[in-house]
Order: sequence, then structure tokens, then C-alpha cells
Amino acid sequence: MHGRPRKVYKPEEEAASAAKAVKFRSLQSQFLSNHHNKIYTKEAIDLSTKLLEINPEAYTAWNYRKLAVEDTLSRQESDPDLVKSVLDEELKVVESSLKQNVKSYGAWHHRKWVLSKGHSSVGNELRLLNEFQTLDSRNFHAWNYRRFVVELTNRSKHDELKYTEFMIGNNISNYSAWHNRSVLLSSLLERKADGFMPSQKIPEEYELVHNAIFTDEDVQSGWFYHLWLLDQTVNVETPLLISSWPPHGSRINLSRAGCLNDSSSSSKLTTFPLILYFDQAVGGVSSSTVAIDSELKGIEDLVWEPVSNKNSQVSCVWVARLKYMSSEPCFFPKEYKVKVRIGNSPGIVSSRGFNFSVPYEFVFTARVEDTVQEEPREVIVSWTDGFDIWDAQSEDLKNLVNLDQLNGQMDFKWRQEAIAEEIDLFRTLPDSNSKIGKLTIARLLMAKATMSENDVKGVHYEEILKLYNDLMALDSTHYHYYKDEHSVALLRKVTSSTESLSRHLFRYSDMNNSVCLRLNNSSLSRIASVEKLLFVQMLDLSHNELHSTEGLEAMQLLSCLNLSHNRIRSFSALDSLRHLKQLRVLDVSHNHIGEHSVDTTRYLCSSPLSNSEWSQDEVGRRMTPSLVTKYWDAYFVLRDLNLKQLDIAGNVVAGEEFSSFVPQVVPTLVWLNGHKLRS
Amino acid sequence: MGDLPPYPPLDPTTYDLIIVGTGVSESILAAAASSSGSSVLHLDPNPFYGSHFASLSLPDLTTFLHSNSLPPPPPPPPPPSHDPSDFLSVDLVNRSLYSSVEITTFESSILDDERYSRRFNVDLCGPRVLFCADESINLMLKSGSNNYVEFKSVDASFVGGDSSGELRSVPDSRAAIFRDKSLGLQEKNLLMKFFKVVQAHLAAASSTEIDETAVTITDEDMESPFVEFLAKMCLPPKIKSIILYGIAMLDYDQDNAETCGNLLKTKEGVARLALYITSIGRFSNALGALIYPIYGQGEIPQAFCRRAAVKGCIYVLRMPITALLLDKETGDYKGVRLATGQEIFSQKLILDPCITVGLESMSSLTDQQKETVRVLVPKAISSKERVARGICIIRSSVKADVSNALVVYPPKSLFPEQLAAIRVLQLGSGLAVCPADMHVLYLSTVCDNDDQGKAALLSAMSTLIKPQVPENLQSESVVENDPAEAKPTVLWRALYVQELVKGEFGGSISSASSPDGNLNYNEIVKSAVELYEQLIGGEELFKEEKTPEEENDAGAENED
Repeated sequence: MHGRPRKVYKPEEEAASAAKAVKFRSLQSQFLSNHHNKIYTKEAIDLSTKLLEINPEAYTAWNYRKLAVEDTLSRQESDPDLVKSVLDEELKVVESSLKQNVKSYGAWHHRKWVLSKGHSSVGNELRLLNEFQTLDSRNFHAWNYRRFVVELTNRSKHDELKYTEFMIGNNISNYSAWHNRSVLLSSLLERKADGFMPSQKIPEEYELVHNAIFTDEDVQSGWFYHLWLLDQTVNVETPLLISSWPPHGSRINLSRAGCLNDSSSSSKLTTFPLILYFDQAVGGVSSSTVAIDSELKGIEDLVWEPVSNKNSQVSCVWVARLKYMSSEPCFFPKEYKVKVRIGNSPGIVSSRGFNFSVPYEFVFTARVEDTVQEEPREVIVSWTDGFDIWDAQSEDLKNLVNLDQLNGQMDFKWRQEAIAEEIDLFRTLPDSNSKIGKLTIARLLMAKATMSENDVKGVHYEEILKLYNDLMALDSTHYHYYKDEHSVALLRKVTSSTESLSRHLFRYSDMNNSVCLRLNNSSLSRIASVEKLLFVQMLDLSHNELHSTEGLEAMQLLSCLNLSHNRIRSFSALDSLRHLKQLRVLDVSHNHIGEHSVDTTRYLCSSPLSNSEWSQDEVGRRMTPSLVTKYWDAYFVLRDLNLKQLDIAGNVVAGEEFSSFVPQVVPTLVWLNGHKLRS
Repeated sequence: MGDLPPYPPLDPTTYDLIIVGTGVSESILAAAASSSGSSVLHLDPNPFYGSHFASLSLPDLTTFLHSNSLPPPPPPPPPPSHDPSDFLSVDLVNRSLYSSVEITTFESSILDDERYSRRFNVDLCGPRVLFCADESINLMLKSGSNNYVEFKSVDASFVGGDSSGELRSVPDSRAAIFRDKSLGLQEKNLLMKFFKVVQAHLAAASSTEIDETAVTITDEDMESPFVEFLAKMCLPPKIKSIILYGIAMLDYDQDNAETCGNLLKTKEGVARLALYITSIGRFSNALGALIYPIYGQGEIPQAFCRRAAVKGCIYVLRMPITALLLDKETGDYKGVRLATGQEIFSQKLILDPCITVGLESMSSLTDQQKETVRVLVPKAISSKERVARGICIIRSSVKADVSNALVVYPPKSLFPEQLAAIRVLQLGSGLAVCPADMHVLYLSTVCDNDDQGKAALLSAMSTLIKPQVPENLQSESVVENDPAEAKPTVLWRALYVQELVKGEFGGSISSASSPDGNLNYNEIVKSAVELYEQLIGGEELFKEEKTPEEENDAGAENED
């Protein structure tokens, strides 16, 4: 129950409870001896009943009873009356135990087990539940069990929905009732049950929760439900392709120099990445679900790989490396049209089980040019100069940046209307200056931006950023959450239009005019909107507050990355960079790597050296094992990178020892901390 | 009263206190005085308990109203011939408390049919309910008289008279505000905020620790008119009206200082809200703030009488007193002469509010004697001391699916000249006040004069029930708003205007209060407690009766 002070026991009460404990222990030892000797006589069972009446938490006793029931049933299966009486007896014991402790996990579980045996009637269960739920309307055990019974009896979900409404009506702080409502609605909406079309039902639910929130802004349950509704409004079930590289209608130049390929590669076989970016994690992207029509050679054996830090087969980002032969002499540039068709045959399924059902295709032009093979100069990338401002209006920018989301086909009308209404309404909330009021408006504005990218201009982002700034000042406990949201909004703002994006875009003249995005000094704490930045080759994120590189794995064209002056605390935080096959230059100087000796991610695997990926023999050939053991997290990240230039200075870890270790792990390295390693 | 059955003479003949009339305040005083060890004789001229607070069958109610509204009966028969020369005898007369009594039967079976006629327990003092946190409930718990009464919840309360004609339920709790269909989101927010301010204020006021951060209502606000405070809290008129008349249960239009007389101060308003708020949830088996005794309000005085009887108080019903006995020399009160002629003596006397000294008897008294009987001299009645009451027996309910409900029509809500709030209480057979297919509807409003009060009640009746034109009677022409509406039909109706008399302490002779114009007994209980203190001294009422722990266990017996 709620709001009851803990009772302080008097000495005599303590004495009484000690006596009770002695009695209980003797009962328990008797019971355990029965259990061990598999005695299932009536007396033995009665003994366990007594035990459970005193202590419903005695799990062993519940298990013993299960064995006893199984034992009886195995002998009496033929007599349905007897079976029923045995099970009814179990239900009775559970009921009296629950009266002793209504929150006993063991008792509720035993009841479920008895019911799952069938035979007994379930009609009684709702009566019992009503009794318990009247006693304590917020008992989550009872609510949990209620869902179980409803499932078992096929009781109408509509009736259950009405029940939640009734319970909410009695007490709007009943989180269990709100939660059950969301569970029921999810299932009804998913089934598209009669009268449960999202476009109609979700606005109705908004109305209900408005009544709760406006009646009492301090009711947390209502705000949680509102957040759930917002999620239902924004998230479309079917996965959508939101971005690709190369973008639709673009013209890309394929030349060795432009791709910053490794100079040591003697093969003329060259690859470039094809990236698909979905709005949610999907699986099943393969050459059978993604068809490519082109005269370009080398597309037959296309392998699609999920780009994800987790070793799973689902991901938002999928990449395939398109190979093309440039062996045949070709003095004139040749153009090939490439058409990518996605979802024409089924197989792409979201992690929640929804099919990618809206086929989509995009076309780009690949211009293959065999440029004169310049010996790549082993220059150091300085990040300080050599950047040329890029004219936003120039055609080649528009060519690379496709800021329109690819979701045009979906019907977002009711969702947009719902969000617009929410924004108008919550602006009128008398306490819209409260933390939750500000946060809700910020979230709603963000949702609006997500769904109508082209209509929302900077004004909204300015407001969102201001709201999160206010919140950081108001509520220091959740500072980091607000900071992250602020970063997301800021990046969304930057990527919302070609104009705003071009303010951060440069050409890096020292490296074949690579496209460089500079977001330094932006106080970013996390990375977002990567789907709009797939074309970026150089990324300057220095002087921010980043803790991790998560999200950057999608930027498959990235060759230079500056993360200096951030808050990276370990090499594990750079894990996502392992997916960037073209990354050559990495600056992680002036971070906090090695500062904190306890790296929590270590605990994810019991011993990194027992990891199957790692073989002592293989390592032993090339490098000092003691250093591998010491710097194992650096090893796991760096060994997958073909870096030419690494800056690690200004971290605690960066000592002489580490500097001697790095070239062992990264044999391709030319520049370390600004010094040339080999001539 | 001439047909008194022969009655054995009373013994003993001397008491500490004689009380005549078994109304609520007389019964509380009888129970309190007997509990504190005084010898008490409690008389009532009527054959039932409760006097003006009684619950009666329809014929008895009719008889009682008529007999108490006739012009005072001729002076009682001269004192018996064996006039004791020791005392001066002052004849008493009954003044009529009721006027303009008008009783109409629309369906005669209600009186004739044996099944019905005796199954009514109709209150004389209706509409009346108790708040769970009322002082009267506390007093019942303290005295133990709660053992003799059972209560049930009043299911709902409504405010009527808005433009839609709908009865709006009173949003009196967070859950009720949430469920309310007629309030806008902003209104819900403002109302709940207002409740929170009041609750925070009450919590701060009741806590012993001084919490600097606690939000309280400023002293300045507490002294300002309640309506101004409500306006300061940005409450729109519709919600103000719900709070003033549906929760604080005020009578007069608070927006009109002229007709209202004195405006309610914020601190009084907050006290009224506190009563309402603390009433909700006081007893786990009571749904809302209001409860009603099964078998009618007459059970309340009866319960105190039973308690008094247990403590040794002697009861004689059907026993009027005819005269006061004063000391010839000093003019002091000595005793009373019963209708049987027996003379009974006591230190103190408390009389029913309708017992007075006839003017002709007054003329012959000395100043000293006049001083003794001063509280019995009828005073000029000021205009605001009347309440118009109505009782309707109706078939079906004024609101579907609700049996026991309170409806309040704020001032001016029914018609522009409506001076005061009209309160309507519907009770069903679940409270054992009427047969199963019917409801009793009580109405009241305070008024300046009989016509005004009755007109207001008729207006409320016409909005709630279908008028029936009686066969032989010329009824007022009542225009039905919407004939299609399924309004209940009226079977029987009583309209009367009651004079409001406040109890008064007069030394040896005091008078008790008549029913007042309020919904609960708080004013009556308050004046009874004051009278007790003046009579007996500073002693606390029922102080030794119960320990606080028992009190909690007892609760109000409340079945639902």
C-alpha cells in the first residue's frame, strides 16, 4: 500500500516475532525433509500449506506444491473431478497467502501455474482481482495477473479498456491503470480493431490525458502516458528509408584520389560505399531485397552489411561496397546510371516485426574517371588552414546534399494535426514554465520538426534550443539529458537547410578538395542527424563535449575526423569508428582517455583476453603481449583502423610506452602526435 | 390535546432540568445534562420524538403542520380549581412556527393505499444532510449516540440552473474534476489549483511545525470577501458559483452586497471548504462529503434522546405543559404545570421555540417576573428570519441513475429576481424514507416573505418535475419548459414557510432553536453547546464518554 509509515516495533513485539521465528524454523526443517524425501502425503502437503500461510515468500514450498500436484495428477489424470478439486485447493492456498501478503511473487506465480494447468475455472479470478484491486488499486502484481487472466479467458479488450478508464477516473495517479491502458491500446491499434484506427483513437486518448494533466500537473502518470502517446504519434510502424548515399539524382565522381584510397593498394579494383539509412533498425537487407540496375561492372556480388556496434543483424544503416574496375584505360570520363530499388520483394523487416512495405527507388549517376595517378603525398592534416568556404548555391553542394526526407509517400496528416494541436494546447497550460511543461513543448516542437521537415524553419529550432537551455539551468539533476537533447536539436537545425548547413561546410584544398564539415565549438554532447551528413569526408568536432562517437559509423566516406578537446574517456567510446573503412586521420588529442582507471565497459566481457576474437599467437608475432594486455581497449579499436595520422596527445594514456605500442597495432601509421614515424 | 389518555402522576416531581420539546438542540442538551449527572425530565407534547426535526408519515406531517400553523388556540382551560396558592401561574401559549401551509395531493392513492401511506418518513426540517466532518457527527461519536443511527452516502451533488438546463455535478475532488465533462481544461486547472491552495493552507494551519516555505493564504486575503479571493484566484464565474453555492452552501448572492447583507469573508469560506474537504474520505464507506440517516432526520434527535434515557433521563411524550410556576415573592422560576395538572419542579427549564407567554398574561406580571420569562416573549420578526420549505413525493428520479442527490440552484440562476440559493435534496427508498418506486424531494430557500419564498420553490419544482394539475384545485400556471423531457411526476406536495427562531439563554428559563435554513446542523449544535455551557458551566460536553481510540473505531455506521 502507499503512504504508510514504517512501524517501529516494541520490545515485546520483537520477542513475539522471535518466538514465531523459532516455530517457523522447525516447521521449515520438517517441510524440507518432506521435500527432499519426496513425500507427498496429505499431512506433508498440509504442512506446506501451514508454512505458506505464515510466509508466502517461501519459494521452495511453492515449488514443492507444484511437484506434489504433478505427482497427484500423474496418478489421477483420469478423474476430472479429482483433478479439479486438487487445483481448487491450490487456488485456495494461494488466496489465503495473498491475504497475508498481497505482493508475494511466489504466490502470484503459483496461481498462474495452477491456471495454466487448465481444468479449473477462471471465472472466479476476476472477482478475486476486483477484490484485491479495490484494496490496493496500484498493486502491480494484481494488474500483471489481470493481464494474464484476460489473455487466458479471451475477455474483451474493450471491457478491459473501460476498466482502466474506471480506475483512472477514481485516481488519476494510478500508474498501473495508465500503463495497462497503453498495453491494451497498443494491441488494439496494432490489430486495427474496429474503432481503433490510430488516426481516430490517438486523438481521443490525447483528450483523456489532457484532462488528467490539466486537472493536476503534478500527476506523473499522466505525463508518462502523454509521452507514450507522443511516441505513438511520431513513430510510424512500417520502416522507412530516410536517406541514402549517393542521394537520388546525384552525380558522383569516382576517382582514386577522391576516395583517399590507400596508396599501398596496387589493385585497380576500387570500391565506393552504397549506404541505406532507415528510420528504425531493420534486418533482411540483401541483394535479393535491394535490386541494382546499372551497366557498371562489379555489382553482381553485392554484400550488404549492417553498420552497428552491436553484433546484430539489424541496424538503421546498411552499407554495400560497390566495386568498379578501372583497369581498362579510359581517357574520357564515362558515366553510368545506377538505379537502386528497395523493397520490391519482401524481406526487409523492422526489429518490431513490421515489413518495409513502401517500395522505393533512387537513381544516381556515377562518373568514372581515371585521373592521373599522383603519388599521394604523405602530408599531415593540420585542421587549422586550407579550408575554403563553400558557396551554398553552388550546384555541387546541392548535388551532394539531399535534405528532403524520403518519406513523402506516407500519410502524416493526422499526425501533424495532432502534434500541432498539442503544441497549441500546451502553450496554454498555466504552468507551461514548469520543467515538465517546457520539456513537453520542446519534445512536441521536435516531433513537429520530424514530421514536417520542409515546413519548419529555424524559428522552431531556436525555441527548442532556448527551452533546453532553460531546462539545463532549472534542473541540474537532468542536465546531461537536456544537454543531449539540445545537441540533437542543434544538429537538426544545422542540417535543416542547405543555407544553414553551408555555413559549416568547407573544401579542404590540401586533400583534393575534400568536403569538410566543421562543427567545432558547438558544445555538442552527442551526435545526431547523421543521415543528412553521409557525404562528409572530413569532420571537425573539436572543442565539444562528446563522450562517444556513436552515430558516426554511418559516415562511410569519412576519412578525417577531429575529436580533439572533447570528453572521450576511453578507446571503447571510439568503437563505432571501426566501421569507417576509409578513415585515415584521427585526432583524439586533449580528451580524458586513461584518466579514469575504472572503465565500466570492461565488465561487459569477463576477461578481454579470453575473447574469441583475440588470439595470443596472432598478436604475439607482432607486438608485446604485456602492452596488449595493458592497452586492450585501444588494441581492439585501433587494429581495425587503417590510420595514417593519429593524434593522442593531451590524454593521460599518451605516454612513451603507449606511443611505442600504437605503431605496432597500426602499421599503416605515418604521423603520430605530429611526428613522422618513418620516412 | 383535550383527549389525553389518563396518565399516572410523575414521580419524582423535582428535577435539575426540565426540557420541553425533543428537537435536536433539546435532545443534545438532555443527553449532555444527563451524562454529566443532572436529573432531567424530557417532555414532548407530540406523540413522536423530534418536534420540528421529526420525520413523519404523510398524514402525521399534514396534521402537525396544520396544527402548528393555525392562529394560536384559545387560552387553555383555566387552571384546575385546586390552584396552589404558593406559586404564580403564568399560562403558556403555542405560537405557530409555520405559515402559508399548502398541501396538495395529486394522486390520492398515496394517502389511501395501505401499502404506501405508512411507509413514508418525511422530514419536517428538510432538505437537510450531514457532512461527514460535521460537529454534529463528532458530538454523536463523543456521546455514543451514533450507536442508534445508520447513515448512507448522498451519491451526488449537482449545481443547476445554467443555460443548458443540465444538472452539473459538483467537481469536489481531484477525481471528480478529472471526470467532469462540462469543465474546460483551463477551468479544471484553475479549480484544482484553488483546491491545492486551500489544502496547503489548511495543512500549514494544522501542522505544529512552522514551515516557512508553506504556501498559505495571507491574513489580508483571509479578511477580504471570499468572492474577491475567488476572483483573485482567477476562477471564472461558473466555478465561483459552484464553490460558493455548491460547496460552501451559501444562501445569498455574494456578488450583490446589497441583498446579501454581509459578505462572507475568505476565512469563513475557507472554513466551509475545509469542512467539505475533510468530510470526503473521513469514513471509508462514505463516498462523498454528505451523508443522510436511514429512516430520516428524525433519527438524529431520537438518538440523542436514547442516549439521554440510558443516562437516566425520564421521557414523557404526549405531555404538553400549560403553565409556568413562578415564586410569588421573588418572581423566580420554580416549575411547570403539566397538561394533567400535575406540578413539577426544577432548577432550570428549556422550552421548545414555539412555546411562548401570551401577551395578556404578560400584562399582569411584575418586572421581576417579566425578567424571568423574558426569553418566552415573542419578538418582532425581522424579514430575514424565514425559510420556505417544500416537499414533493415524486415518481422516478430527477436525474437518471441517481437516487440520493443534492441539487443547488444559485441565486439568480432560475429567474432574475431569485434572491437566495435554492437547495433541493432527493432521497430514495434506499434510505427507508419512501416506497421503492418513489423519491422524496425536499426544497428550501431563505426568504423575506412567504410569497417570495414559495414562488422560488415553485420555480425550482417546475424545472425539475412535471406539473400535474390537481382535479379540484386551481394551481398556479406553471409553464413547462420542455414537455418532451422525461421529468418525474409529482404525487403529493407540501409547501410551507417556517419562522427561524434562535435559542436563547435566559437564566433559569431558556429556549431552544428551531430548525434553521442551513443544510446541516452546525449552527444548531453550536447554539446548543453554548446554551449548555451557560446552563451547566464550563464543563465539556460528553467529556468522559469515549476515549479517542474508541471514537475512531466507532466511525459513523455507514452501510452502502
